[in-house]
Amino acid sequence: MSDLLPLVHNETLKIWKKKRFYVILLILLVLVPIFTYAQMTLSRSDDERGGDWRNQLVQQIADYENALASDRIPEEWKQYQRVMVQQLSYYLEHDVNPNAPGAVTFTRGFLTNAATLFIPLLVLAIASDLVSGERAGGTIKQLLTRPVRRWKILFSKVAALVLYISLTIVATVLVCYAISGLFFGYGGWTMPVFTGFAVTGSSVDTSHVHDVPQWLYLAMQAGLIWFAALTVGLLALMVSVLVRGTAASLVTMMAAIITGTILVNMASSWSGAKYLFAVNLELGGYLDGTPPPIEGMSLVFSLAVLAVWSAAALVVAFGVFTKQDIMN
Amino acid sequence: MTEQSHSESQAQPEVLLRVDKLRKRIRGRWIIDDVSFEVRAGEIFGFLGPNGAGKTTTIRMLVDLIRPTSGSVQVCGRDVRREPEQALEQIGCIVENPEVYPYLTGRENLAFAARMLRGIGAARIDEVVRLVGMTQRIDDKVRTYSLGMRQRLGIAMALLGKPRLLILDEPTNGLDPKGIKELRAFVRMLAGQGMGVFISSHLLSEIQLMCDRVAIIGAGRVLTTGAVHELTADAPSYVVWQLQDREAGLRLLEREPQAEILGPDAADVLEDTALAAAPGAIVTTMPPELVAPLVARMTEAGIGVDAVQPVMPTLESLFLKLTEGEGIV
Repeated sequence: MSDLLPLVHNETLKIWKKKRFYVILLILLVLVPIFTYAQMTLSRSDDERGGDWRNQLVQQIADYENALASDRIPEEWKQYQRVMVQQLSYYLEHDVNPNAPGAVTFTRGFLTNAATLFIPLLVLAIASDLVSGERAGGTIKQLLTRPVRRWKILFSKVAALVLYISLTIVATVLVCYAISGLFFGYGGWTMPVFTGFAVTGSSVDTSHVHDVPQWLYLAMQAGLIWFAALTVGLLALMVSVLVRGTAASLVTMMAAIITGTILVNMASSWSGAKYLFAVNLELGGYLDGTPPPIEGMSLVFSLAVLAVWSAAALVVAFGVFTKQDIMN
Repeated sequence: MTEQSHSESQAQPEVLLRVDKLRKRIRGRWIIDDVSFEVRAGEIFGFLGPNGAGKTTTIRMLVDLIRPTSGSVQVCGRDVRREPEQALEQIGCIVENPEVYPYLTGRENLAFAARMLRGIGAARIDEVVRLVGMTQRIDDKVRTYSLGMRQRLGIAMALLGKPRLLILDEPTNGLDPKGIKELRAFVRMLAGQGMGVFISSHLLSEIQLMCDRVAIIGAGRVLTTGAVHELTADAPSYVVWQLQDREAGLRLLEREPQAEILGPDAADVLEDTALAAAPGAIVTTMPPELVAPLVARMTEAGIGVDAVQPVMPTLESLFLKLTEGEGIV
């Protein structure tokens, strides 16, 4: 272990000096205010429509029910709407506002939306050139001609990657909270949020529903996003080992992730798609009871799928990296 | 030529690098087909071959970047494949260009390399920085360095771990004449301290100036190994003449039986093509000892001699001799 630490130090230093993390912070500092502003205009228009959140919730439920009565809405959408009606009713019965404004609520909402595309893209900014960048720059030669086994080199890269993925998620939460708090106030930590909705088909089983303070909810959500981001990072590392150029490695991973989000929207009929990693990235959906994109998916299922993809990525990355000839 | 008798080898310095029957096949083609040689402590060993002969592939196998299909590489008795950590500990190398991280400073690059070695601290970093004469710019970003400075930094990084064997791949590429001269002196100094130095090149003249022994490689095989002076003794010696009265000079040279005048295509077999291609230049082959009397006779005959230049033949023409006309496949 003692000889691995200096190597991890090296890899961490390189990512830092390449200013990759600054770029990520910069992106957050530009984007989060935009979303905050969008959220502000949204709540303002809600306020104009009718003051009390209960009335708004009742209105929302009525909208869903109207849509359900229509013949022109496809069955998959109706299932989703039925679930949403049941959830909103549950919140109404327990007199809890699911959208109470506040920095914590905003952060929670931002994370939910960022999990499938935004956070993975930030991860790619770090992971995609971990190995291919060394190859393009020729520095791989001086890295691998030192008296250090190749697996240790790759291990140190994985360790640095995990570190920066964690930092990215912490930074996202902090930037969201700090900026949105300016407009919505910094409260909302202890507000109750319901979790434990079990979605089966078009009905919601509420027998396991319980309320958790919002800070705990946020922590669970961040943990799940971290796990999904880690899978994306490890796959990107594998691609970076296999592909020569950084651009090719970046495009390959982006294509895979975007394919996933498209498949999620095309939904359910192809059930084999649930084994693809990119379809399983939205782990936060299992917390708030959003129906999964494909039937038969559950939190445990998605975690297992991601874990298998991660393990496979590591096996391939280490297998190839420790054996391959460095020809250029 | 490569085998020493037993009594001789006992007096010889220790073998640092032993390459034995190295072969490498890539996509069904033997890129390297039988390469064997030894490098001893305190000697500068040249690895000479035209581009594409397999020099870089061989070097990459020496430092564990490429795994050989068969054969072995031993550094101070340690096999590079079986004990890479122990073997690579003894090697400092620059493969092709000195590749360093441009977004780090010179010192940060050295510290980076030091963290991959055991027991190398700031004091040793300062020491190698002084050794390559880079104290002024060491804290600047490498991005701002010239190629010559990158080369120095590369050598500093290679020397950081106090290796016993230094491997340099075409080290004079891109250096100006002053840089090349400094490099030569530097390498000689290292060898004087007992380090074994392995240098690859495609220029015969460079190897001749820098090395003690040489292996010549062509089409993935070592064609010959030996002392540099033996090798160049085999090579025809070319002399380029610049005469004031060209016609009279030609007549005089034609009468000399040991001298041969070459046609206008002669420039192709010489390393310094500019010299031979100069207007009015006469390219000849002749024994070197014939030059002085010839100059005297020309002066006597009133043929003004502007310049007489011995020029090294290209490696290719040497190859033609070694392979007896087969050339480089």
